[in-house]
Amino acid sequence: MIVFDKPKSLTDAPLHYCPGCTHGIIHRLVAEAMDELGIEGQSIGVAPVGCAVMAYNYFACDMVQAAHGRAPAVATGLKRADPSKIIFTYQGDGDLASIGTAETVHAAARNENITIIFVNNAIYGMTGGQMAPTSLPGQVTQTSPYGRDTATQGFPIRMCEMLAQLDGASYLERVAVNNVKNVKNAKKAIKKAFQNQIEGKGFSLIEVVSTCPTNWGMTPEKALEWVDEKMIPYYPLGVYKDKYAEEAAK
Amino acid sequence: MAKLTFKTDLCKGCGLCVKACPKNLLVLAKDKINQKGYHPVEMTDESKCIACAFCATMCPDCIITVEK
Repeated sequence: MIVFDKPKSLTDAPLHYCPGCTHGIIHRLVAEAMDELGIEGQSIGVAPVGCAVMAYNYFACDMVQAAHGRAPAVATGLKRADPSKIIFTYQGDGDLASIGTAETVHAAARNENITIIFVNNAIYGMTGGQMAPTSLPGQVTQTSPYGRDTATQGFPIRMCEMLAQLDGASYLERVAVNNVKNVKNAKKAIKKAFQNQIEGKGFSLIEVVSTCPTNWGMTPEKALEWVDEKMIPYYPLGVYKDKYAEEAAK
Repeated sequence: MAKLTFKTDLCKGCGLCVKACPKNLLVLAKDKINQKGYHPVEMTDESKCIACAFCATMCPDCIITVEK
C-alpha cells in the first residue's frame, strides 16, 4: 500500500529551487489540494516574478505567467472570463507585498473569487537576497548589510493583518512549513482556500511562512529553526479572517 | 513492512528528511555523490521504519515514496 507518493498535479520536471528551499513543499501542498478536490483539469495557475516564475514547469494544470506583482489582476480577468475555472496565484513576498500590493489589496476589497498562495520568506530570493518589505527589523540582507534599520527603512508589512481590515476578503490564514505539524496545517489551509473558491465564497489568501537558506546564509536545517525563532514571533500563525465562519457563529 | 524508495539522482542533500525522521534512520551518504553532485539521502535500517512518511512530508523535491 502506498502511504506517500508524488501528487499527480505535479509534473516530473526536477525543481530548480536551491537545496532545502521550502518552495518545493508548498508546490506539493497546492498539487495535493488539487488532486484531492479533483480540479486539476479545470485549474489555471498564475505564476509570479520571483523564484517561482517557472512554476508552469511544475504544475500539471494550465499556467499563466503575470508581470511582476500583477498576478491578482490577471487572475481577476481569468476568473471573470470563465467563472467555471479554478484560478489560483502563487506569489512571493517581493511580488505580492511590494510591487503588487495595490493589486492584492484591491482584489481583496472586490472579494474576487480567487485563491492566492503567498510565500513569505522575508527576502528577495531570485535576485540575490535584497531586503524585502517583509524583512525583519535587524535582518541582514544584501541591501541592509548592517541589519534592517526601521528608522530609515521602515517596518515589515504583515499582509494578513492588513487585509483582515477589508470587508471584502473572505478567508485569510497564515501558516508555516518548517516542521511536519505545520506542513499538515498548511495543507488543510490551502485545501480550504480552494474549497472556498469552488463554493463561490470569494477571496482567499494563504500566507505561507517559508525559508530561503541560500540568501539567509544558513543551512536548510538552521533556516527551519530561524523560522521558529524569528519569523513566527513577528508573523504569528493563525486564521485572520473567516467571513463565513463569523457569519455562521452569529 | 515499510518500504522507502528514493529518486536518488534528484536529491539535493538538504537533510530536511534526516531531521524529520523520528527514528533517526536516515543519513546523507558521505561516500556517495549523485548526478547533481550532492551527497544523497540513504536509509540505514529499513526494518525499523514505521512508514510515518514524515521524511516525505518534509522533502522539498518529492523524491521519497513510502509504502507499507
